[in-house]
Amino acid sequence: MTMTENTQPSRRTLLKGAAAGLVVGFHLPGREALAQATTTVATTPEINAWVVIRPDDTVVIRMARSEMGQGTRTGLVQMIAEELHCDWSKIVTEYVTPGQSLARNRAWGNFQTAGSQGIRQSQDYVRRAGATARVMLIHAAAAEWQATPEHCAAKDSVVTHRPSGRTLRYGQLAAAAARQTPPAAVTLKDPKDWTVIGTSRPRLDTADKTTGKLVYGSDLKMPGMLLAASQQCPVFGGKVKSFDAAKVRNMAGVRHVVQAGDNAVAVIADTYWQAKTALDALPVEWDYGPNRNVSSDTIAAMLREGLSASEAFVGNTNGDAKAAIAAAPRKIEATYGYPFQNHAPMEPMNATVVWTPTRCDVWCPTQNGEAALAATAAAAGLPQTACDVHRIDLGGGFGRRTTHDWLTQAVLIAKQVPGVPVKTLWSREEDMVQGRYHPVTMCKMSAGLDASGNLTGLHMRISGQSILAYVFPTALQNGRDAATFQGLNPTGAESQFGYTIPNLLIDHAMRNTHVPPHFWRGVNHNQNAIYIECFMDEMAHATGQDPLAFRRKLMGNHPKHLAVLNAVAERIGWDKPAPQGVFRGIAQQMGFGSYVAAAAEVSVDAAGKLKIHRIVAATDCGVAVNPRQIEMQVEGSFSYGLSALLYGECTVKDGAIVETNFDTYDVLRLAEMPAVETIVMPSGGFWGGVGEPTIMVAAPAVLNAIFAATGKRIRQVPLKDQDLKRA
Amino acid sequence: MVRLNVNGRMVEVAASPDTPLLWALREQIGLTGTKYGCGIAQCGACTVHVDGQPVRACSMPISAFTSNQKIITIEGLSPDGMHPVQVAWRELDVPQCGYCQSGMIMAAAALLAEKRNPTDAEIDAAMTNICRCGTYNRVRAGIKQAAQTRQG
Repeated sequence: MTMTENTQPSRRTLLKGAAAGLVVGFHLPGREALAQATTTVATTPEINAWVVIRPDDTVVIRMARSEMGQGTRTGLVQMIAEELHCDWSKIVTEYVTPGQSLARNRAWGNFQTAGSQGIRQSQDYVRRAGATARVMLIHAAAAEWQATPEHCAAKDSVVTHRPSGRTLRYGQLAAAAARQTPPAAVTLKDPKDWTVIGTSRPRLDTADKTTGKLVYGSDLKMPGMLLAASQQCPVFGGKVKSFDAAKVRNMAGVRHVVQAGDNAVAVIADTYWQAKTALDALPVEWDYGPNRNVSSDTIAAMLREGLSASEAFVGNTNGDAKAAIAAAPRKIEATYGYPFQNHAPMEPMNATVVWTPTRCDVWCPTQNGEAALAATAAAAGLPQTACDVHRIDLGGGFGRRTTHDWLTQAVLIAKQVPGVPVKTLWSREEDMVQGRYHPVTMCKMSAGLDASGNLTGLHMRISGQSILAYVFPTALQNGRDAATFQGLNPTGAESQFGYTIPNLLIDHAMRNTHVPPHFWRGVNHNQNAIYIECFMDEMAHATGQDPLAFRRKLMGNHPKHLAVLNAVAERIGWDKPAPQGVFRGIAQQMGFGSYVAAAAEVSVDAAGKLKIHRIVAATDCGVAVNPRQIEMQVEGSFSYGLSALLYGECTVKDGAIVETNFDTYDVLRLAEMPAVETIVMPSGGFWGGVGEPTIMVAAPAVLNAIFAATGKRIRQVPLKDQDLKRA
Repeated sequence: MVRLNVNGRMVEVAASPDTPLLWALREQIGLTGTKYGCGIAQCGACTVHVDGQPVRACSMPISAFTSNQKIITIEGLSPDGMHPVQVAWRELDVPQCGYCQSGMIMAAAALLAEKRNPTDAEIDAAMTNICRCGTYNRVRAGIKQAAQTRQG
């Protein structure tokens, strides 16, 4: 067992042991490090796969999901601690490796940290692990005292024998507890008895983020390590034709100039700056392949064709929408669009790799350790059992680090320097032009309304990219990408449509291009929520109805959707006038198992300058594990979603992405961030996600407020390309 | 060889004079708390203090510095992590992924050194660092709390 995967090394001084382990692990490459780690750990038996208690009472809680800033570490610990009855101040966490999990028949389940699943998909088995460990500790104490377990109780890492008052600490019991037979079944606490879940515990990993001590993947150091800077063909699908290594081989620090796969070149040097300097000077000729003629305009033309194509995959239908619209006395149509966007996490893609002909170890920030292991093994040309992935906290993920093209490249580079640790770090420019992008789509909305302004038929035609067709083609259903319809589904606990419309057709004309799409915080909700929620607003205004009242008429069958919408309307004061010059917009959606709504207040000055003053957000995520963490995720969702709305756009010219850094791919800054008021309103009985849902209502709430302010209906993101001066 | 005064220590850096300060700090001096985010002085993840002023280290070559200029990195901001900004950051749980926070904290500390009680407009103007997780409102609250602590 490796115990040095802990990348949160020093929460308080009592964690010194874990910290030392980390440093040792990271300063010795490959197997040597693992051997060192193994000796550190062998002295501490685990109680179960998730819980290790050391003789000094330190409670080690193991993590399969990854921490990327979303607070999963703290939430997972709260769920285990709730059942374990341990001393919160003595908890440390460590990452298990996917290799360890593989060797133990996936003892830690799914490593995927995406789709806002980290907490909700783990909650049952991690709580059971905590309860199981508690029972084993109590049984060990009872055996020691020759007492009845029922007479013993555990609290704050101490077991007490109630009749006699005798006590034993978890650290004293751990070895005996590890030898206990796990109980066949455990009963989890009733939610009304929770004392840890539902509380705003401070994060476990904040301290080292305030001192520069936290080690990210890009910070890793190993003896003898070399640094690689790489460049791929800027046109997706293109290849390396040739490169003139001799031109840079004698530059300072340069050790190797290599090709990685068929599409990339890399310079390996003593330092990253030397590698990058030489790479910038390296003459490379590319075979751009068949996509050199693709541009944003050709892609837009393809999407426009799809808006009226006869063939489309159906996502949600009832009645006869086309006939109802045709027969309606009032018809409304509008076409919307959503661009490619880069995830742009603050830490660019990186991985450190030690490859030998028999073994490959990598150290990297990843949202999915198991997928990273598979990618490593494939690139290394080795079985997964001869590889492992040592995880490090991420400097942002947002979906980009659920896929491992960058890791594959790093392994292919390191493979050419056997036995030497090689860290490949992408420049921001490389990160921008070799992204996996938010899918590009357009949408034509067509509605029919009766003479009283009631919606009688709605057709929503989405045209554009499918993420699954690129990422998981085997997940397509006879060619249909079900994920395209996030937030629009007729049924289900994940992302159900919140309106009942007598005649409805939501369909998708799949139009793919060579720019690789991917899951991007909020995923297909981002555009779907704009399309449906802005068009709801359009229909209300076109028929002289209040946008909230118009929605409510359609939401009678959707009480949870309606409850969050009502909550934000009440808090923002929807039925009272807004401050002078300030205008409001609302939106709601269900996604990732949670119900969210937002109400925004904006003003637009005579020059067309937008100010977002205030946003009220409501979230019903069923169970709220840590309300403060939820507030942080809601604020973060607005920051990310408003960046997308205001600035987010990657354009394509000559087959390549044009925007190369934050000067051309701007993002929201502090001065533009509105005040956010978060209403956490868990209704119980289900576990919804938190990291992503709120992002989907950020843009439509603001766009609807902009219409209220200006009379201008913006139907294409981002706003930087739009004139907001009053119509 | 370039001589730099970093965190109160004289260090000799064996790097080409055109090496950005960021990479000398990270790769030659071993101070990795200062982060690479963009390389073009846009994001501020590499913010350090030079004679008390916030500087984006990715865009300044080491040849631009003399050994008389005092360079302070996140590691040297306080001996024990108890600078009022660091304390406020922990109390409010400001960081999310944390990658941008060294730069945020250095920018905030420089602002507070210049203005004891900055207004919202002054915070807006000074804090142009990029955070993708969305900590901005807590950064603002953290600066205000640190300002209060200093005056208390």
